[in-house]
Amino acid sequence: MSKFKKKKGGDLPAVNTASLPDIVFMLLFFFMVATVMRDNTQMVENKLPSADQIEKLEKKNLVMHILVGKPSKQYKAQYGDEARIQLNDKFAEVNEIQAFIAAERASKREEEVPFLTTALKVDKEANMGIVTDIKQELRKANALKLNYTTIQGDVANNN
Amino acid sequence: MAKRSAPEVNAGSMADIAFLLLIFFLVTTTMEKDSGISRKLPPMEENEDDVVIKQKNIFTVKLNGRDQLLVEDELMELKDLRAAAVEFLDNGGGENADGQKCDYCKGKKDASSSDHPDKAIISLANNRETSYKLYISVQNELVGAYNELRNRRALEVGPQKGFNDMNFTEMNKNAKDVNWPGNRDKLKEVIDQIKKEYPQKLSEVIE
Repeated sequence: MSKFKKKKGGDLPAVNTASLPDIVFMLLFFFMVATVMRDNTQMVENKLPSADQIEKLEKKNLVMHILVGKPSKQYKAQYGDEARIQLNDKFAEVNEIQAFIAAERASKREEEVPFLTTALKVDKEANMGIVTDIKQELRKANALKLNYTTIQGDVANNN
Repeated sequence: MAKRSAPEVNAGSMADIAFLLLIFFLVTTTMEKDSGISRKLPPMEENEDDVVIKQKNIFTVKLNGRDQLLVEDELMELKDLRAAAVEFLDNGGGENADGQKCDYCKGKKDASSSDHPDKAIISLANNRETSYKLYISVQNELVGAYNELRNRRALEVGPQKGFNDMNFTEMNKNAKDVNWPGNRDKLKEVIDQIKKEYPQKLSEVIE
Protein backbone atom coordinates (compact mmCIF):
# COMPACT_ATOMS: atom_id res chain seq x y z
CA MET A 1 0.00 0.00 0.00
CA SER A 2 1.59 3.18 -1.05
CA LYS A 3 1.16 6.28 1.03
CA PHE A 4 1.34 8.60 -1.94
CA LYS A 5 -1.56 7.92 -4.16
CA LYS A 6 -1.17 8.79 -7.76
CA LYS A 7 -3.59 11.47 -8.85
CA LYS A 8 -6.22 10.34 -11.21
CA GLY A 9 -5.25 11.68 -14.63
CA GLY A 10 -2.80 14.52 -15.15
CA ASP A 11 -5.36 17.15 -16.28
CA LEU A 12 -4.82 20.81 -15.52
CA PRO A 13 -7.63 22.35 -13.50
CA ALA A 14 -9.95 24.52 -15.58
CA VAL A 15 -9.31 28.27 -15.38
CA ASN A 16 -11.93 29.95 -13.29
CA THR A 17 -13.97 32.21 -15.56
CA ALA A 18 -16.29 33.56 -12.93
CA SER A 19 -14.79 37.03 -13.16
CA LEU A 20 -15.06 37.18 -16.93
CA PRO A 21 -18.44 38.95 -16.88
CA ASP A 22 -16.98 41.59 -14.57
CA ILE A 23 -14.12 42.28 -16.91
CA VAL A 24 -16.40 42.44 -19.90
CA PHE A 25 -18.76 44.77 -18.07
CA MET A 26 -15.91 47.07 -17.23
CA LEU A 27 -14.97 47.32 -20.90
CA LEU A 28 -18.63 47.73 -21.78
CA PHE A 29 -19.04 50.69 -19.44
CA PHE A 30 -15.94 52.33 -20.83
CA PHE A 31 -17.24 52.17 -24.38
CA MET A 32 -20.74 53.19 -23.36
CA VAL A 33 -19.37 56.33 -21.73
CA ALA A 34 -16.95 57.10 -24.56
CA THR A 35 -19.48 56.59 -27.32
CA VAL A 36 -20.82 59.55 -29.18
CA MET A 37 -23.54 58.51 -31.54
CA ARG A 38 -22.87 59.92 -34.95
CA ASP A 39 -25.71 62.23 -35.76
CA ASN A 40 -25.06 62.26 -39.46
CA THR A 41 -23.25 60.09 -41.87
CA GLN A 42 -20.07 61.26 -43.42
CA MET A 43 -20.32 61.42 -47.17
CA VAL A 44 -16.87 62.78 -47.89
CA GLU A 45 -13.40 61.44 -47.37
CA ASN A 46 -12.08 63.16 -44.29
CA LYS A 47 -8.49 62.58 -43.36
CA LEU A 48 -7.58 65.48 -41.11
CA PRO A 49 -4.12 67.04 -41.13
CA SER A 50 -2.04 67.00 -37.96
CA ALA A 51 -0.79 69.96 -35.96
CA ASP A 52 0.63 70.46 -32.50
CA GLN A 53 -0.35 74.01 -31.53
CA ILE A 54 -3.95 73.05 -30.97
CA GLU A 55 -6.66 74.10 -28.58
CA LYS A 56 -9.57 72.03 -27.42
CA LEU A 57 -13.03 73.16 -28.34
CA GLU A 58 -14.83 73.95 -25.12
CA LYS A 59 -18.54 73.61 -25.62
CA LYS A 60 -19.40 70.76 -27.89
CA ASN A 61 -23.00 71.75 -28.42
CA LEU A 62 -21.98 75.17 -29.68
CA VAL A 63 -20.02 73.93 -32.64
CA MET A 64 -21.16 73.99 -36.25
CA HIS A 65 -19.43 71.43 -38.41
CA ILE A 66 -18.57 71.97 -42.03
CA LEU A 67 -17.01 69.00 -43.76
CA VAL A 68 -14.97 69.28 -46.92
CA GLY A 69 -13.42 66.52 -48.95
CA LYS A 70 -13.73 64.29 -51.97
CA PRO A 71 -17.04 62.43 -52.15
CA SER A 72 -16.76 58.91 -50.74
CA LYS A 73 -16.74 55.89 -53.00
CA GLN A 74 -20.48 55.35 -53.26
CA TYR A 75 -21.07 58.99 -54.26
CA LYS A 76 -18.20 59.26 -56.68
CA ALA A 77 -20.24 58.31 -59.70
CA GLN A 78 -22.84 60.92 -58.93
CA TYR A 79 -20.81 63.80 -57.58
CA GLY A 80 -17.42 63.39 -59.17
CA ASP A 81 -13.91 63.55 -57.84
CA GLU A 82 -13.62 67.20 -56.85
CA ALA A 83 -13.64 68.20 -53.16
CA ARG A 84 -17.11 69.20 -52.00
CA ILE A 85 -18.79 70.66 -48.96
CA GLN A 86 -21.03 68.60 -46.73
CA LEU A 87 -23.48 70.36 -44.45
CA ASN A 88 -25.50 68.15 -42.12
CA ASP A 89 -26.53 65.20 -44.24
CA LYS A 90 -26.09 66.35 -47.79
CA PHE A 91 -23.69 67.90 -50.24
CA ALA A 92 -23.95 71.65 -50.50
CA GLU A 93 -22.69 74.51 -52.59
CA VAL A 94 -20.69 77.40 -51.20
CA ASN A 95 -23.64 79.77 -51.36
CA GLU A 96 -25.70 77.54 -49.04
CA ILE A 97 -23.38 78.18 -46.13
CA GLN A 98 -25.00 81.43 -45.06
CA ALA A 99 -28.40 79.73 -44.83
CA PHE A 100 -26.81 76.88 -42.88
CA ILE A 101 -25.28 79.31 -40.38
CA ALA A 102 -28.61 81.11 -40.01
CA ALA A 103 -30.40 77.81 -39.39
CA GLU A 104 -27.83 76.75 -36.80
CA ARG A 105 -28.15 80.08 -35.04
CA ALA A 106 -31.92 79.83 -35.00
CA SER A 107 -31.73 76.41 -33.35
CA LYS A 108 -29.68 77.73 -30.44
CA ARG A 109 -30.76 79.96 -27.60
CA GLU A 110 -30.20 83.63 -28.20
CA GLU A 111 -27.59 84.11 -25.48
CA GLU A 112 -25.54 81.25 -26.87
CA VAL A 113 -25.30 82.60 -30.40
CA PRO A 114 -22.17 84.75 -29.88
CA PHE A 115 -20.28 81.69 -28.66
CA LEU A 116 -20.99 79.59 -31.71
CA THR A 117 -17.82 78.32 -33.35
CA THR A 118 -17.44 76.92 -36.82
CA ALA A 119 -15.31 73.81 -37.02
CA LEU A 120 -13.85 73.25 -40.46
CA LYS A 121 -13.12 69.59 -40.99
CA VAL A 122 -11.23 69.64 -44.22
CA ASP A 123 -9.54 66.68 -45.84
CA LYS A 124 -5.83 67.24 -46.03
CA GLU A 125 -5.73 66.61 -49.76
CA ALA A 126 -8.23 69.39 -50.49
CA ASN A 127 -7.16 72.64 -52.10
CA MET A 128 -7.23 76.03 -50.44
CA GLY A 129 -9.59 77.44 -53.07
CA ILE A 130 -12.68 75.89 -51.56
CA VAL A 131 -11.53 76.75 -48.03
CA THR A 132 -11.02 80.38 -48.99
CA ASP A 133 -14.52 80.47 -50.48
CA ILE A 134 -15.97 79.06 -47.27
CA LYS A 135 -14.08 81.58 -45.19
CA GLN A 136 -15.44 84.43 -47.30
CA GLU A 137 -18.98 83.12 -46.85
CA LEU A 138 -18.45 82.84 -43.10
CA ARG A 139 -17.28 86.44 -43.01
CA LYS A 140 -20.39 87.49 -44.88
CA ALA A 141 -22.52 85.57 -42.40
CA ASN A 142 -20.54 87.22 -39.58
CA ALA A 143 -19.56 83.84 -38.13
CA LEU A 144 -16.02 84.82 -37.30
CA LYS A 145 -14.98 82.23 -34.74
CA LEU A 146 -13.27 79.50 -36.67
CA ASN A 147 -11.48 76.32 -35.78
CA TYR A 148 -9.53 74.18 -38.20
CA THR A 149 -10.05 70.72 -36.79
CA THR A 150 -6.82 68.75 -36.77
CA ILE A 151 -5.44 65.72 -35.06
CA GLN A 152 -2.65 65.99 -32.54
CA GLY A 153 0.64 65.22 -34.17
CA ASP A 154 3.71 66.60 -35.80
CA VAL A 155 3.28 68.65 -38.97
CA ALA A 156 5.87 66.43 -40.62
CA ASN A 157 3.21 63.70 -40.71
CA ASN A 158 1.21 65.74 -43.17
CA ASN A 159 3.17 64.79 -46.22
CA MET B 1 -40.56 17.97 5.28
CA ALA B 2 -37.45 19.99 4.56
CA LYS B 3 -37.88 23.55 3.26
CA ARG B 4 -37.02 23.77 -0.40
CA SER B 5 -34.62 26.60 -1.22
CA ALA B 6 -35.12 28.62 -4.38
CA PRO B 7 -32.94 27.30 -7.18
CA GLU B 8 -30.03 29.52 -8.13
CA VAL B 9 -30.28 31.42 -11.38
CA ASN B 10 -27.71 30.26 -13.84
CA ALA B 11 -25.45 33.21 -14.58
CA GLY B 12 -23.31 31.39 -17.08
CA SER B 13 -24.71 33.32 -20.03
CA MET B 14 -24.15 36.69 -18.41
CA ALA B 15 -20.78 36.98 -20.09
CA ASP B 16 -22.32 36.32 -23.48
CA ILE B 17 -24.93 39.02 -23.02
CA ALA B 18 -22.30 41.48 -21.87
CA PHE B 19 -20.14 40.57 -24.84
CA LEU B 20 -22.99 41.27 -27.23
CA LEU B 21 -23.50 44.72 -25.74
CA LEU B 22 -19.76 45.34 -25.72
CA ILE B 23 -19.44 44.50 -29.38
CA PHE B 24 -22.34 46.77 -30.24
CA PHE B 25 -20.73 49.75 -28.50
CA LEU B 26 -17.31 48.90 -29.88
CA VAL B 27 -18.68 49.08 -33.39
CA THR B 28 -20.69 52.26 -32.92
CA THR B 29 -18.01 54.19 -31.07
CA THR B 30 -16.35 57.05 -32.88
CA MET B 31 -13.97 59.06 -30.83
CA GLU B 32 -14.92 62.63 -31.64
CA LYS B 33 -12.01 64.78 -32.64
CA ASP B 34 -12.67 68.20 -31.30
CA SER B 35 -9.43 70.07 -31.15
CA GLY B 36 -7.74 72.23 -33.69
CA ILE B 37 -6.19 75.56 -34.53
CA SER B 38 -8.50 78.38 -33.53
CA ARG B 39 -8.57 81.48 -35.65
CA LYS B 40 -10.68 84.57 -35.82
CA LEU B 41 -11.77 85.88 -39.19
CA PRO B 42 -11.68 89.62 -39.81
CA PRO B 43 -15.13 91.17 -40.07
CA MET B 44 -16.41 92.31 -43.45
CA GLU B 45 -15.89 96.01 -43.85
CA GLU B 46 -16.99 97.96 -46.84
CA ASN B 47 -14.71 100.94 -46.69
CA GLU B 48 -11.37 99.85 -45.44
CA ASP B 49 -8.96 102.63 -44.77
CA ASP B 50 -5.56 101.92 -46.12
CA VAL B 51 -3.17 101.97 -43.24
CA VAL B 52 0.38 102.58 -44.23
CA ILE B 53 2.62 99.94 -42.72
CA LYS B 54 6.34 99.99 -43.19
CA GLN B 55 7.60 97.15 -45.30
CA LYS B 56 10.10 96.13 -42.65
CA ASN B 57 7.27 95.45 -40.21
CA ILE B 58 5.63 92.94 -42.51
CA PHE B 59 6.73 89.34 -42.71
CA THR B 60 5.33 87.95 -45.91
CA VAL B 61 4.65 84.26 -46.27
CA LYS B 62 3.41 83.07 -49.63
CA LEU B 63 2.27 79.62 -50.62
CA ASN B 64 2.09 78.84 -54.30
CA GLY B 65 0.09 76.27 -56.19
CA ARG B 66 2.90 73.76 -56.17
CA ASP B 67 3.17 73.79 -52.39
CA GLN B 68 6.30 75.87 -52.25
CA LEU B 69 6.92 78.29 -49.45
CA LEU B 70 8.14 81.80 -50.17
CA VAL B 71 9.16 83.75 -47.08
CA GLU B 72 10.27 87.37 -47.52
CA ASP B 73 10.73 86.61 -51.23
CA GLU B 74 13.00 83.66 -50.59
CA LEU B 75 12.28 79.97 -50.82
CA MET B 76 12.20 78.30 -47.44
CA GLU B 77 11.64 74.86 -46.01
CA LEU B 78 8.74 74.42 -43.64
CA LYS B 79 10.99 73.36 -40.79
CA ASP B 80 12.84 76.69 -40.85
CA LEU B 81 9.69 78.80 -40.81
CA ARG B 82 9.13 78.88 -37.09
CA ALA B 83 12.64 80.05 -36.28
CA ALA B 84 12.44 82.74 -38.97
CA ALA B 85 9.12 83.99 -37.64
CA VAL B 86 10.45 84.09 -34.08
CA GLU B 87 13.48 86.03 -35.22
CA PHE B 88 11.28 88.55 -37.03
CA LEU B 89 8.80 89.03 -34.18
CA ASP B 90 11.42 89.23 -31.49
CA ASN B 91 13.70 91.64 -33.33
CA GLY B 92 12.66 94.80 -31.48
CA GLY B 93 14.78 97.14 -33.56
CA GLY B 94 12.73 100.26 -32.92
CA GLU B 95 9.82 101.66 -30.94
CA ASN B 96 6.14 100.89 -30.76
CA ALA B 97 3.35 103.39 -31.41
CA ASP B 98 3.78 104.89 -27.94
CA GLY B 99 7.51 105.41 -28.48
CA GLN B 100 8.56 102.64 -26.13
CA LYS B 101 11.44 100.34 -26.85
CA CYS B 102 10.95 96.61 -26.57
CA ASP B 103 12.87 95.84 -23.38
CA TYR B 104 11.81 92.19 -23.26
CA CYS B 105 12.87 91.34 -26.80
CA LYS B 106 15.95 89.19 -27.17
CA GLY B 107 16.37 89.60 -30.91
CA LYS B 108 19.14 91.11 -32.96
CA LYS B 109 17.75 94.69 -32.82
CA ASP B 110 18.29 94.83 -36.55
CA ALA B 111 17.17 98.17 -37.94
CA SER B 112 16.00 96.61 -41.18
CA SER B 113 13.64 94.15 -39.49
CA SER B 114 10.55 94.69 -37.32
CA ASP B 115 10.39 97.61 -34.88
CA HIS B 116 8.41 96.09 -32.06
CA PRO B 117 6.29 92.93 -31.53
CA ASP B 118 3.38 95.35 -31.28
CA LYS B 119 3.93 96.49 -34.85
CA ALA B 120 5.14 93.28 -36.42
CA ILE B 121 2.61 91.72 -38.75
CA ILE B 122 2.77 88.36 -40.43
CA SER B 123 1.02 88.33 -43.77
CA LEU B 124 -0.01 84.98 -45.15
CA ALA B 125 -1.03 84.64 -48.77
CA ASN B 126 -2.08 81.45 -50.46
CA ASN B 127 -3.05 80.32 -53.89
CA ARG B 128 -6.27 78.52 -54.72
CA GLU B 129 -4.23 75.48 -55.68
CA THR B 130 -2.31 75.33 -52.41
CA SER B 131 -3.02 72.13 -50.52
CA TYR B 132 -4.84 72.35 -47.23
CA LYS B 133 -2.24 70.26 -45.43
CA LEU B 134 0.50 72.76 -46.23
CA TYR B 135 -1.71 75.65 -45.21
CA ILE B 136 -2.42 74.02 -41.84
CA SER B 137 1.26 73.20 -41.38
CA VAL B 138 2.16 76.85 -42.00
CA GLN B 139 -0.58 78.11 -39.71
CA ASN B 140 0.68 75.70 -37.07
CA GLU B 141 4.26 76.90 -37.38
CA LEU B 142 3.25 80.57 -37.19
CA VAL B 143 1.03 80.02 -34.15
CA GLY B 144 3.91 77.98 -32.77
CA ALA B 145 6.24 80.95 -33.17
CA TYR B 146 3.91 83.18 -31.17
CA ASN B 147 3.48 80.50 -28.52
CA GLU B 148 7.23 80.04 -28.24
CA LEU B 149 7.73 83.73 -27.52
CA ARG B 150 4.80 83.86 -25.14
CA ASN B 151 6.02 80.79 -23.28
CA ARG B 152 9.43 82.34 -22.88
CA ARG B 153 7.92 85.58 -21.64
CA ALA B 154 5.64 83.70 -19.24
CA LEU B 155 8.64 82.04 -17.61
CA GLU B 156 10.11 85.51 -17.04
CA VAL B 157 6.99 87.33 -15.88
CA GLY B 158 5.42 84.45 -13.97
CA PRO B 159 7.88 84.24 -11.05
CA GLN B 160 7.54 88.00 -10.41
CA LYS B 161 3.80 87.56 -9.95
CA GLY B 162 4.05 84.36 -7.99
CA PHE B 163 3.51 81.81 -10.72
CA ASN B 164 6.66 79.75 -10.86
CA ASP B 165 7.62 77.28 -13.57
CA MET B 166 4.53 77.83 -15.64
CA ASN B 167 4.67 78.58 -19.32
CA PHE B 168 1.97 80.33 -21.30
CA THR B 169 0.25 77.15 -22.40
CA GLU B 170 0.04 75.90 -18.83
CA MET B 171 -1.18 79.32 -17.65
CA ASN B 172 -4.02 79.20 -20.16
CA LYS B 173 -4.89 75.69 -19.10
CA ASN B 174 -4.90 76.58 -15.42
CA ALA B 175 -6.97 79.72 -15.99
CA LYS B 176 -9.68 77.55 -17.52
CA ASP B 177 -9.42 74.78 -14.94
CA VAL B 178 -11.99 75.28 -12.19
CA ASN B 179 -10.13 72.96 -9.84
CA TRP B 180 -6.85 74.84 -10.05
CA PRO B 181 -5.98 76.01 -6.50
CA GLY B 182 -4.21 79.32 -7.32
CA ASN B 183 -5.53 82.84 -7.83
CA ARG B 184 -7.18 82.73 -11.24
CA ASP B 185 -7.96 86.44 -11.55
CA LYS B 186 -4.34 87.28 -11.01
CA LEU B 187 -3.29 84.64 -13.51
CA LYS B 188 -5.64 86.07 -16.12
CA GLU B 189 -4.01 89.47 -15.65
CA VAL B 190 -0.61 87.93 -16.36
CA ILE B 191 -2.00 86.19 -19.43
CA ASP B 192 -3.46 89.43 -20.74
CA GLN B 193 -0.19 91.21 -20.17
CA ILE B 194 1.75 88.59 -22.14
CA LYS B 195 -0.84 88.63 -24.90
CA LYS B 196 -0.40 92.38 -25.13
CA GLU B 197 3.37 92.14 -25.23
CA TYR B 198 3.30 89.60 -28.03
CA PRO B 199 0.04 90.25 -29.84
CA GLN B 200 -0.93 87.76 -32.51
CA LYS B 201 -1.07 89.81 -35.66
CA LEU B 202 -1.53 87.33 -38.43
CA SER B 203 -3.31 88.66 -41.45
CA GLU B 204 -4.42 86.68 -44.43
CA VAL B 205 -4.43 88.03 -47.93
CA ILE B 206 -7.48 87.32 -50.01
CA GLU B 207 -7.20 87.97 -53.69
